[in-house]
This record gives sequence, C-alpha cells and structure tokens, in this order.
Amino acid sequence: MSGHVFHPGHHDLHGITVVLETNSGLWVGRFDSVTPKGVLLHDAGCYEDGVTEGTREEYLRKTLKFGVRATVKNKLIPEQDVRGIRQLAEVSA
Amino acid sequence: MPYPESLVAPMRAEMTSMGAVELRTVADVDAAVGSATGTTLVFVNSVCGCAAGNARPAVKMALGHGVLPDRTVTVFAGQDLDAVARARSYFGEYQPSSPSMALLRDGEVVHFVHRHQIEGRSPQSIAADLTKAFDTYCSGPVSA
Repeated sequence: MSGHVFHPGHHDLHGITVVLETNSGLWVGRFDSVTPKGVLLHDAGCYEDGVTEGTREEYLRKTLKFGVRATVKNKLIPEQDVRGIRQLAEVSA
Repeated sequence: MPYPESLVAPMRAEMTSMGAVELRTVADVDAAVGSATGTTLVFVNSVCGCAAGNARPAVKMALGHGVLPDRTVTVFAGQDLDAVARARSYFGEYQPSSPSMALLRDGEVVHFVHRHQIEGRSPQSIAADLTKAFDTYCSGPVSA
C-alpha cells in the first residue's frame, strides 16, 4: 500500500501544498489542477494585502508553523491573476 | 464522503501492524489521548497517495528507533470523521491536514508534522525528523 497513488497522470504539483501569489495577496492551499478557468486549490486560506493583519511574510511563517488556516474548501484563481506558485515547504521560516 | 472500507482496510492494517492503536470513535480518542500522561504520537492517516504513501513507512521506520513515545495511536481522516475531529481538538492551534502527526506530552502538542512537511519527501527523511523529536521530547521525565 505504501506509495500507492490514486490519481496518476495529474499535474506535477497535484496534491502539493502551494503558495500562490497574486497582485493583492497570497493563497495557500493544496494544488489540484490548472483548468480553463484558472488554478484550482483545495482547503485554501488567504492573505489579503491591507486587510489581513501582519505582513505576507508573517502570514507564511505562521502557516509554516501551525498549518494552513483554510477558509474555503475549493478556490479557483484565474490564471491571469497568478503571479507565481511555489511549494509551501520551500518557503523559509 | 468516505472511501469504501475495503479500499482503506490495508492502510489501516499498515498502521496497526506496526503497533499503532487505531482510534475509531470519540470515546476511543478521549480514552487514549484525553487524559494521557507521558508521550503520545497521533498519526492522522489518509488515503492520499501523494503524502500518506510515504508517511506510513516513515512512522514505521521511526518506531524502530531507540527512543519512542509511550504510545502510538492513529485516526483515519475522511473515514472516521468524529474520531478525527476529536483528535484534532487536542491539537490546539495546529490546523487540520492529512496525513499529519502530532507528538503530545502530557496532553500538549510539543511537535507537529504537517502534510506540507511530508509531501515529496522520502520516508527516511520524514522518519529522521520524527526520531529527532522523539529524542527531544520522549527521553526525559514527563510528569511531576
């Protein structure tokens, strides 16, 4: 059973917790796929510039320590809004 | 919606065969975690092959270490919903993810391994982090 994967053939980031940057903030969630309507994340939380307390870096530090505080089960982010995607695990504390 | 039991049974068995006690009800969780003193490793199992496929072997490797928690228990995310919710209620500020692992000492989380710390890593690497936590938190006096 170890190593068994139920969803072969998906995007390399499928199932990986990612940080997706937009012009107005960050989304952190489990990457599902790139659809014609945008990037689909699951169990996602967000940092909004000027709205969420603290800085983007502070939000990521807290997320690294305590995990993703998910606010939505599914989040579709239009591709034109995406400024970058990286794995949460690659973010330095 | 839970997966068919026939599909998850081998994943449950993988944990219990290494000595983890499976907790399937709220009462099970309260009995095992709620009033436990000493150290307890709680493994939140998952059907996700992306991460759980490496997490379970990592726990097995770590349980071969010389210093161990007093007990190892497991709940199954997406399957035993009430038991998992109850287990997570003991994790304080740590957010739900699966698979994940919490090491508790006298009821407090002293070390947590999130899903994002499991994804893409080898069982050996995950086990090394876990055994380091065992060395730190499981070898000293735990109760006054």
